[in-house]
Amino acid sequence: MDPSPIPSPVSSLTDGEPVIEFSDVHIGFTDGDILRGVSFSAQSRETLVLLGETGTGKTLTLKMAAGLLCPDRGQIDVLGNRVSSMREHDLLAFRRKVGFVFQEGALFDSLTVGDNVAYRLTEDGLSQDEIVPRVEEVLRFVELEHTMDLLPSELSGGMRRRVSIARALVNHPPIVLYDSPTAGLDPITSQTIITLILRLRDVYGVTSLLATHRLQDGFALANFRFDPKSRRVSRESPSGTNLAPTRFLVLRDGRVYFEGSPDEILASKDPYLQRFLI
Amino acid sequence: MRLTLLVSPVTLFLGAYDENQVAETPLQVSHQHAVAPDTPSVVDVLQDIAKQTVLKIQDYSKLSFRALANLSVRPRYVQDILDQMDDIGVGSLPIVLLSGFFIGAVMVLQTGSQFERFGQTSLTGDVVSLALVRELGPSITGLLVAGRCSSGIASELGSMLVTEQVDAMRAMGTDPSRKLVTPRVVASLMTVPLLTTISVFVGLLGGMVSSVFSLRLNAFTFWQRAVAALEFSDLMQGFSKSIIFGFILATVGCYQGLSVRGGTQGVGRATTQAVVVSSILIIVSDTFLTKLALYLAEKVF
Repeated sequence: MDPSPIPSPVSSLTDGEPVIEFSDVHIGFTDGDILRGVSFSAQSRETLVLLGETGTGKTLTLKMAAGLLCPDRGQIDVLGNRVSSMREHDLLAFRRKVGFVFQEGALFDSLTVGDNVAYRLTEDGLSQDEIVPRVEEVLRFVELEHTMDLLPSELSGGMRRRVSIARALVNHPPIVLYDSPTAGLDPITSQTIITLILRLRDVYGVTSLLATHRLQDGFALANFRFDPKSRRVSRESPSGTNLAPTRFLVLRDGRVYFEGSPDEILASKDPYLQRFLI
Repeated sequence: MRLTLLVSPVTLFLGAYDENQVAETPLQVSHQHAVAPDTPSVVDVLQDIAKQTVLKIQDYSKLSFRALANLSVRPRYVQDILDQMDDIGVGSLPIVLLSGFFIGAVMVLQTGSQFERFGQTSLTGDVVSLALVRELGPSITGLLVAGRCSSGIASELGSMLVTEQVDAMRAMGTDPSRKLVTPRVVASLMTVPLLTTISVFVGLLGGMVSSVFSLRLNAFTFWQRAVAALEFSDLMQGFSKSIIFGFILATVGCYQGLSVRGGTQGVGRATTQAVVVSSILIIVSDTFLTKLALYLAEKVF
């Protein structure tokens, strides 16, 4: 099956241009600060893998990037918008440019798979004639076109994540944020999800922020490429393809503990980072 | 609390618990030691409760105001309003019909036995009619619908919140207040007065049947007296109460559902609180509304 003809969402973005930028971001709750001065940036077409143990603020970082949470201090710029100081009304419009894949999928359990995927388009007031082909297109991309009329409760965990990716993809966002997309899944299903993220990156050039506590997910994204022509995932970079770089960002004690390339994290002698590599 | 935060990850990470040692963990703060918190004074506790109460009232007021203010601008989610009207209105109809009929019947039995002592059983229709229209119709319907729908709204929205469906909605550019709260509040505002009207009508039917069989009254006489006893102010009193009760049960259900904390256990707690709080608010507000309505009936109508 050929990859779906979803238009590239990044045509308006320049390669290497920072599309996500965190500057000295703090956020905390009643039990204390979770993030204490986090700064980083992600360039266009880049995949930034957020690593960290549970409770280090990976999900918070993603939610702040999507404008779902407001930082206590610091600035967040996404696609040229100062997200950290936008009003909720403006954020609603901004969020339509960002795809968010939640950890457990967060599908609307009373709607069918088709309606879940079509949700954003329905909200935009598109007609059924426009909605149906686009929903079929993205469901074909995640290879779940046969589940259109099923309810989320009738799907497996991995299928729900794939539907969630399809839902995030339906309006062709230039940025997709993945919150632990492989958490709780078996290795084979995890591989399917990572392959899907690879395809999304290499075929459509989506900028991604991926929160995970599994280093192997990050290395899979760093070391493998999806070749749209041969439709195969391979270690070698296909000729003529503009490779999307992958970087790692390790959060610890509310701060950025490490930021660098896959080679740098592999070469690191830091005992804390070594614990991720075991 | 700090002790728990610092020790728990260690236990998980190292697989062993040593209370004297706090090893490297993501939650450990360098050079800080686990310190047992001071016992808060009674004043601190009372202050905290007062602040929390004010905060809840403020949040509830904001949610209620926004629920109505959302109607002034698009999108208005008409289909969602119709769906909620079906759920709240049509879904509550059986219990409202059943309870309305038997409340009317039992009212006649209770008042009729007293009027029999004075040979004034014909007045039963007047009393039952006034009681149902002014008081029992709106309050019993309000309490029944609160029990059924306020809890349902709280559990539905609470479940959506803990499974991140509300966040997913926001992430896709939808305002949950518009999509989830306003349709439920509007549906409740429109259906509870209708349900109350039906409840009163069926209650009078129940009273009529009861009066015919137990008091040997003429059905036509009962009905005629029941209708003649009513004034415009009585109808206004019952109608306005039902609108306010509808507003209370929907907004309390939405507020409790959208302020769930603590996963599925929190959903259960919110569901119970929705019924308790909305029922209490309905009963308390009924007292003040009655006083206001009687004042207005005397001065205005």
